[in-house]
Amino acid sequence: MFLNHIYLIPLFPAFGAALMFFFGRRLQKSAVSAVCVGVVVIAFVFACFAVVQYSHFAHGTGQPFEKILYTWLGSGDSGLSFAKKDGSTAQFNADFGFLLDPLSAIWLLFVTGVGMLIHIYSVGYMAHEGGYYRFFGYLNLFMFAMLTLILANNYIFLFVGWEGVGLCSYLLIGFYFHRKSASDAANKAFIVNRIGDAGFVLGALTLVWYLGSFRFTEINALARSGHYLVGDPILTIAAILLFVGATGKSAQLPLYVWLPDAMEGPTPVSALIHAATMVTAGVYMVARSNAVFVLAPTAMKVVAIIGALTALFAASIGLVQNDIKRVLAYSTVSQLGYMFLALGVGAFAAGVFHVFTHAFFKALLFLGSGSVIHAMSGEQDMKFMGDLRSRIPTTYKTMFVGMLAIAGIPGFAGFFSKDEILWQAWSSEGGAYRILWFIGIATALMTAFYMGRLIFLTFFGEPRMSHEIEHHIHESPKSMTGPLVILAACSILAGFLGLPHSLGGSNRFGKFLEPVFAKDARVFEAEKPAQYAAGEKEEEKTDPMEYALMGLSFLVAVAGIGWAYRTYGRADKGYCEPLAEKAPPIYTVLYNKWFVDEGYDYAFTGRRKLGDVRLGVMGAGEASSWFDAKVIDGAVNDAGWLTRAIATLSTWWDKWIIDGLGVNGLAIFARCLAIPARLLEWGLMQWYALVMVIGLIGFTLYYVWK
Amino acid sequence: MVPITTIHYLVVAAALFVLGVVGVLTRRNVVIVLMSIELILNAVNLNLVAFSRMWGNLYGQAFAIFIVVDAAAEAAVGLGILIAFFRNKETINVDEIDLLKW
Repeated sequence: MFLNHIYLIPLFPAFGAALMFFFGRRLQKSAVSAVCVGVVVIAFVFACFAVVQYSHFAHGTGQPFEKILYTWLGSGDSGLSFAKKDGSTAQFNADFGFLLDPLSAIWLLFVTGVGMLIHIYSVGYMAHEGGYYRFFGYLNLFMFAMLTLILANNYIFLFVGWEGVGLCSYLLIGFYFHRKSASDAANKAFIVNRIGDAGFVLGALTLVWYLGSFRFTEINALARSGHYLVGDPILTIAAILLFVGATGKSAQLPLYVWLPDAMEGPTPVSALIHAATMVTAGVYMVARSNAVFVLAPTAMKVVAIIGALTALFAASIGLVQNDIKRVLAYSTVSQLGYMFLALGVGAFAAGVFHVFTHAFFKALLFLGSGSVIHAMSGEQDMKFMGDLRSRIPTTYKTMFVGMLAIAGIPGFAGFFSKDEILWQAWSSEGGAYRILWFIGIATALMTAFYMGRLIFLTFFGEPRMSHEIEHHIHESPKSMTGPLVILAACSILAGFLGLPHSLGGSNRFGKFLEPVFAKDARVFEAEKPAQYAAGEKEEEKTDPMEYALMGLSFLVAVAGIGWAYRTYGRADKGYCEPLAEKAPPIYTVLYNKWFVDEGYDYAFTGRRKLGDVRLGVMGAGEASSWFDAKVIDGAVNDAGWLTRAIATLSTWWDKWIIDGLGVNGLAIFARCLAIPARLLEWGLMQWYALVMVIGLIGFTLYYVWK
Repeated sequence: MVPITTIHYLVVAAALFVLGVVGVLTRRNVVIVLMSIELILNAVNLNLVAFSRMWGNLYGQAFAIFIVVDAAAEAAVGLGILIAFFRNKETINVDEIDLLKW
């Protein structure tokens, strides 16, 4: 029953959003929170039941449950037919369809679960803010869009959700729209997202042109049928275009620039959208398209390389930022890089596992930072924090757990997922990606360091805040600390779901996801139990290298945290930035985010001018338009002038030479000849007679003398 | 005494012809011009009759009759033109007939 009505899951928060849209202004805060939080709780409970029912339905085969509500574009078997690349006709079908399989089940659970916790948290956080109903309305609208994205069964419906989350991101980042920085950040987010969306749409359309369908089940069947060769160029292009979309949505190089600025929004927004859910949409979409990506190794390499580079790049910036939320934002970008690295080397399950654990500990860290900011009466700069350990204990303890999780200390969630990714990077394709492993481990060191720095600057050391703020420091209300505690527990427990074989676990997470990423289309047939048995046997052996790497990542994590403690955590040191003292140029570059934003400003926004000339792409546009107006139109005008000049010449020639000489000239010539002849005409008859006589005499003489 | 041969008649006819031509060319009075034309025609007649006598047949004389008829008609027409002209211009001075002058 729950499974059959799975379409209700997105509709619950949609109802909440609609209610806020129509009646929100008139409702009391308690009513608003009751409705909006309530619908998400209902959605979560519904989702849990649906997933349970699904597991009965699928009996472990991983067969997806698909339910098509209504065919939106195209109509069943007739209507919009189009020609595919190979000439055959196909039907253009985009429907409101819902697909539940292990991948979307996982996303569904953690999106609704973390979403529910964040909604509860927001009740406390936004209690004193204006626009309460608007906030919850947008938050519910976001949940609707995200759930649509996750449950969609085809690229077009997924894109509806994709755009919806982009819109809600814009609305929520710019929630405090009175601040110019906030509305600018909202614009930036939406516009940069849109650039990625163009890539996504092109990728989806390439796929439909080549394969003939938008639906994931059909595309997977086609891709795994063996009909298409590995390294197929069209599929490679489609995969890269889809990844461009993921780059925009999930903040990878080069389209990550919106995420740090997105911290202008309220902290629950940062937690929900920019840590746990929206930014994972890109990862979800790539994982969903794994059948296509597997056929395009070049695209996978691109994904892995960009993921690894993003991880390193963002971590380097996070080392020196002072705003607590910015550090977490760059941390998110960096961790997303890890996820794409995993997807790129072919370890899809590991990437998804990291998404899952990351959702918990990143949401925890963001909410915790929100709690800190709340306690600090709005102060976000870590330079002015310190020694909050004893003053806000619950927040401190939960954030400490989050830090350990993200740094990758064994026993906490992050260790298992991150380690799995690093192991896969080391061992995939016989070690072809070792350099990416190296980048990954360097990033892990930096992650541990900057997260340790965050914790130590905030909670340890000397108190550096003004006395005003110091007096007001208080622990957050239960509605805020409750979710923190729950998330902290999840950060610890969630890791054990993916406990790898090498440590004696059964990796239930990976097993659950296996059918989604199977290379073989014949997974759902009866031979499966035998295959599973064989598969299990294979996985039993573990490479001793895995233990070595595991130990190495543990050492790296401890080293990072230890070093951060030495630099920032001691009570005797005030705030100091050793990097700034020892290597100021490096510090400046990192602090200014490698000047990427400035670079984009010069190259693309067209706001910078050199004298009178606009720079960058817009400048090229202006130069082109100048060229068109002056040179090309000038040529056209000159051609016109030339035509008129020739026409004038022709006219002169016709009038004076042809008419003058030819026509009139002949007449004048005739007249000239006639003038002397005319003079002979006296009209005298006798003169004529005389002439006759002379003629006569002449003839006579001629004949006489002849 | 020299015997009168054909040549004598031809010479007389030629002299008459020349007189006639000169008359046409030089006289101012239109009537006198017309009379000179008659003189030319008659000179031709004389020529023809002389040759008729020489050859001993009547061809020349027959043609002379034709020319007489022709002269008569022509004189009639010429006088008609003269009268028409006089009605217009009130003069019979040839020098004043120059309407076709340039």
